Amino acid sequence: MCDRILEKLAILADAAKYDVSCSSSGSDRKNNNQGLGNGHKSGICHAYTADGRCVSLLKILLTNHCIYNCAYCVSRSSNDIKRAAFTVQEVVDLTIQFYRRNYIEGLFLSSGIFRDPDYTMERLVRIAKKLRTEHRFNGYIHLKAIPGASESLLREAGLYADRLSINVEMPTEQSLQLLAPEKKRTDMLHPMKYLSNEITQYQHDKKIFKKTPLFAPAGQSTQMVIGATPENDMQILFMSHYFYQKMQLKRVYYSGYIPISYDNRLPAIGTPVPMIREHRLYQADWLMRFYGFGVEEIVNPDYPLLDMDIDPKLSWALRNLHLFPVDINKADLSLLLRVPGIGVSSAQKIVAARRFHTLHYEHLKKIGISFSTARYFITTKADGFRERDLTPMQIKQQLLTIQRSKYRPNFSPQLQLF
Amino acid sequence: MQLLVYDGSFAGILCAVFDVFEYKFKEVRLVLANTQSGLLFGREHTVITDETKAARVFTGLSKRISARALTQLRLAYLSEQADIAGILVHYMQYAFTSPTSVETDFSHPAVLSVAQVARKVNREKHRMEAFIRFQLTTDQIYYAVIEPDFNVLPVIANHFKERFADQDWLIYDARRKYGLHYNRQELTVATITFEGPVQAKNSSAVYDASETLYQELWRRYFNKTNIEARKNTRLHIRHMPLRYWKYLVEKQPVRS
Ligand code: SF4
Repeated sequence: MCDRILEKLAILADAAKYDVSCSSSGSDRKNNNQGLGNGHKSGICHAYTADGRCVSLLKILLTNHCIYNCAYCVSRSSNDIKRAAFTVQEVVDLTIQFYRRNYIEGLFLSSGIFRDPDYTMERLVRIAKKLRTEHRFNGYIHLKAIPGASESLLREAGLYADRLSINVEMPTEQSLQLLAPEKKRTDMLHPMKYLSNEITQYQHDKKIFKKTPLFAPAGQSTQMVIGATPENDMQILFMSHYFYQKMQLKRVYYSGYIPISYDNRLPAIGTPVPMIREHRLYQADWLMRFYGFGVEEIVNPDYPLLDMDIDPKLSWALRNLHLFPVDINKADLSLLLRVPGIGVSSAQKIVAARRFHTLHYEHLKKIGISFSTARYFITTKADGFRERDLTPMQIKQQLLTIQRSKYRPNFSPQLQLF
Repeated sequence: MQLLVYDGSFAGILCAVFDVFEYKFKEVRLVLANTQSGLLFGREHTVITDETKAARVFTGLSKRISARALTQLRLAYLSEQADIAGILVHYMQYAFTSPTSVETDFSHPAVLSVAQVARKVNREKHRMEAFIRFQLTTDQIYYAVIEPDFNVLPVIANHFKERFADQDWLIYDARRKYGLHYNRQELTVATITFEGPVQAKNSSAVYDASETLYQELWRRYFNKTNIEARKNTRLHIRHMPLRYWKYLVEKQPVRS
């Protein structure tokens, strides 16, 4: 019995690890029932894997049996691998026992499609329901919504889960058709739309009725695989923009493709994971979500690709030097946020502090901005000094020189890429 | 230079501040009772720790600085850094003599030190909330041993109390030789005497029969979720410093 469960866990954790979402934030479910656990608004990472990613949830598949054959997926039906499936009770026990020992913040449950979407979804929901009602569990639960599952099951899932996600996997319909011909994009978008409406409704009701039952309080997320197919950054980011705007998604995750198959539609085994591109996409994503950037400012038909050697905010600033320098003592918050080297909290501190004093460069350094970067883009009446009349190329060269000398010892293998 | 001999408690520090104003001391240095600190330099005054006096100072303080700054003082105190008592007294002296709130005046050495030290302690608080690993004993108590650099047990207690409301647990600080016990109702301070060294590892006499299985499952899970193609040891160690590994289940060797 013990050996079998150890083996199942090994198989079903191994298959689930390619899903990059692991966040346990965004829900502060309270332990009001003297039960087990609570949510932590910003999440807690309990461990870190040897690749440096955080482990916050027990992330497993209910089963890696699948009736579909998506080329990019280890669980695809044509792949010759060991198969396993947990019972409902096994997943519940693992979650509770790991949680009680403080290994995890909760459960992230995904699954291959077993028999049909509803049959699979129904089991996922049963696990969440059992945790919440029988075990009075208030920790984090993230359920994968299975494309094609019925609305009544999706609704039930929302009542027990903190977050729901449906992975679109491929940034465009064409790629999906190429690599997962049995799947339809509408099967993913339709439930996403349904959940989006339900979540919006819940947030609306919550404002009016205090006792509204929770419905996926941490919202919805999705994942796109990057680098398996030829989409450019513009296509990817426009897709994300659509998800944020039209579907009110909380997060879009970008998963650099890890070659796992000899299928000739896909990059060969041994092709490096596009880690830097993935990183730049996350940076661009931040600009959209927290810095007030429109997607077309970051990428557009003239600039369809993100720069790999500098971050997207710096890249934008260098293309728009005519908007700079920004006067630190006058510019409004939204403009300060656009200065390379100034983050959200520094921008807020600047706005707060300048009500008391006229700010000098020395103040800015103390506030914690990255002055070596920001200096090219700011001015203060108080200091005469600023870098003048440099071309975008010159600024870029100077900044790259600083960065390289700073990071060279650590990043030498990555830098060889440039 | 006026030497103040105090008992090492937070209340003792508050009372030292009381005495500073009472006796109009100017330059002060705090020394712990029972230590031979150079009496060469100045006169010596013994601070009597008195809860009422301490409460008065604390109330006064809370009118001058924010709740957030009060928390910082407490965190800084828990650092147990050798010179922290003196820094706290200087901070409070400054707070009481300044007409405006001083907590963000980072040009003042005591204010800056408190902020820096509190940050370090706070970081370890978060790490302990993440890295504590409970083991279920035969008496059905979830038991964890920690050895934090700072004395963070008092500031993590509430987190665990709220989270694990329906289980008995005990977190033991092996470095400071005390623990906190929660019995589903209240928290109590526990001092335990062990025969021989404190054991972090599993010994079947003490631990529940399920314990070995779940530790093994967790280790298995931890190892399986790593993606070899993305290995990054430097990042791994930065997030999970080596000094904590001793008590981390997932960092113990896999049983064959
Ligand atoms: S449906 Fe999901 S689990 Fe099945 S092969 Fe496709 S991606 Fe993999």
